Amino acid sequence: MDLLFSILESTLRAATPLMLASLAGLFSERSGVVDISLEGKILAAAFASASVAYISHSPWMGMAAGMGVAVALAMVHAFVSVTYNGNQLISGMAINIIASGLTPVLGLAWFQQGGNSPQLESDMRFHEIAWPGVDAVRDIPFIGPFYSHLISGHSIIVYLTFIIIPVVTWFIYRSRFGLRVRAVGENPHAADTAGISVARIRYTALFWGGLLCGMAGTFLSVYQTGGFIREMSAGKGFLALAALIFGKWRPVPAVIGCLLFAFFDAIQIRLEGVSLPMVGEVPSQLIQVIPYVLTVLLMAGFVGRATAPKAIGVPFVKSR
Amino acid sequence: MKFGQPSTLPRWAQLSVLPLLNLLAALAITGLVVWLIGEDPWECLKLLVGGAFGYGEGIGYTLFYTTGYIFTGLSVAAAFHAGLFNIGGEGQVYIAGLGVSLACYAFDSFMPAVFMVPLTIMASMLFGAAWAFMPGYLQAKRGSHIVVTTIMFNYIAAALMGYLFNRVLMEKGGTNTATRAFAEASWMPSMQQMGGWLGLTLPNTPLNASLFIALICCVLFWLVVWHSKWGFELRTVGTNEQAARFAGMNVSKVVIVAMCFAGALAGLAAVNEILGSTHRMNMTFTNGIGFVGIAVALMGRNHPVGIVLSALLFGALTQGGLDLSLDKPNITREMIIFIQGLIILFCGALENLFEPFIAPLFKRKP
Repeated sequence: MDLLFSILESTLRAATPLMLASLAGLFSERSGVVDISLEGKILAAAFASASVAYISHSPWMGMAAGMGVAVALAMVHAFVSVTYNGNQLISGMAINIIASGLTPVLGLAWFQQGGNSPQLESDMRFHEIAWPGVDAVRDIPFIGPFYSHLISGHSIIVYLTFIIIPVVTWFIYRSRFGLRVRAVGENPHAADTAGISVARIRYTALFWGGLLCGMAGTFLSVYQTGGFIREMSAGKGFLALAALIFGKWRPVPAVIGCLLFAFFDAIQIRLEGVSLPMVGEVPSQLIQVIPYVLTVLLMAGFVGRATAPKAIGVPFVKSR
Repeated sequence: MKFGQPSTLPRWAQLSVLPLLNLLAALAITGLVVWLIGEDPWECLKLLVGGAFGYGEGIGYTLFYTTGYIFTGLSVAAAFHAGLFNIGGEGQVYIAGLGVSLACYAFDSFMPAVFMVPLTIMASMLFGAAWAFMPGYLQAKRGSHIVVTTIMFNYIAAALMGYLFNRVLMEKGGTNTATRAFAEASWMPSMQQMGGWLGLTLPNTPLNASLFIALICCVLFWLVVWHSKWGFELRTVGTNEQAARFAGMNVSKVVIVAMCFAGALAGLAAVNEILGSTHRMNMTFTNGIGFVGIAVALMGRNHPVGIVLSALLFGALTQGGLDLSLDKPNITREMIIFIQGLIILFCGALENLFEPFIAPLFKRKP
């Protein structure tokens, strides 16, 4: 029982950056801009937030810096995709590569630790928050571990994420802005005729996406590992993108996809070197690969059908 | 000012002035970063060029890296001509390395070099093409997006190879995650060796006969893409899929074959790395070569001549950058990755950025 809850606890922890990035991708892709640069934005934000947290001794300043950098990259992407009508995929790829090249260069020059940031001290990091009464209920069966593993003992970013999920869902489906985002992503010409500025909506959507990627990066460096490590995003941006496709570009299913992928991640670590009855030892690479294979199968329509927003990836040209 | 419009410049200017301006913009930003971290950009540039072209060994290494980049650049360009963005070069090279290694494991104990070398080349192309076939098939027949599928296939390839290295491929008792050394029969003749046959004394570098294969591939690429029926179909599908379909072309087939073509070209990069240089497969032998191919193809505007030139640029950046990092410990290999990203941004996504600024210079007088 305790094992189950501790697996679920690590699932939550691994899912948080994925969920944030996935929702970031949701904003951008729902507005019709392909975003394969989630990975690069997370990495750049992780670096900026760790550096600023280290200098300012404040995790919140770090988070602000991470968000700022991720938004700046998102604006580059927006300039290429919206103002310039350039190729969105190439722009995204460029941002990923720029981030993976620039972060270790600056890291090495500033901190002289092989491209990583120094380990953050206690006052520079986000910490687990223990909820009241954890010790009192810990021994009660079921409720105790549930409360202590899943409700209590997470970073503030995890709680923020679970507030953000319903807010984003509401935003996308119920708010005026969300309706416009979806309209612009499905049929920009119709939206344009109705007097909506396609460019402005897309810029705004990418801005929100940048903020969320900034949080995801901050979670990795200022909370999870307590410092920036080169290439620490390790494919999370692409995994989040996979979850977004897995969730068919809808917020709640995408979040469920993230939780599912994070769950695979959590059991993969537990199963390392463990021999299971009947099947023997499961190679860790097999479990690692599940999210990617699932996404490929889903894209190919073997497991349901994923339909992308109609205008995705197509630059909007006002009149011909 | 209007951005993102098709270029109105004369063709020669589109092919020379714009890429050059884009390259200068990328280098200017790099110079800024170099200056920011407290080094002198001009001095670094001099060291870099000296490291890449200043002495025999440097030139050898530069051309060795160039060879690999030509292969992956051609691979990305082949897919681009069909309107496909192949990000999967990295995985295709990786799996091609598996093909090369399996061929060596099976035959290198008894087969002479005359058969061994063509056999391993075939194996690399076959495995690379097979790994690219699946995304191509899924795009053509099932409508999955090639970019997402090839990204996923990169990760799947990495996991598959991780598993195989752990369980099968790694040399028993070896300290590195690498296969055993392959027998000499499978080695690509090195440039030093070949120079010896002609009575030349060349420095000892990993540069090998793959360079000639790369140049032959460039010529074939030009012939196939611009002077064959299939190349015409390829470019038609890339320019306007609907038109191609109405003209009676089999779009699915063109897409699938284009991806296989791309995969096979990427696969050859594994021959250069493994049989030309290390003579065994290291776990990290691909080292981002597939992603460099994207920058190379974009900067070379998908034309073999442009690809050779931009591959040479990246080869020089890689070799010069390694030399530079010995003198300037602050500037590491990642600086080259950063430049690569900037070049992809300026040459690929913002290719006509400077067009509005220079267009007036080319206006005909009324």
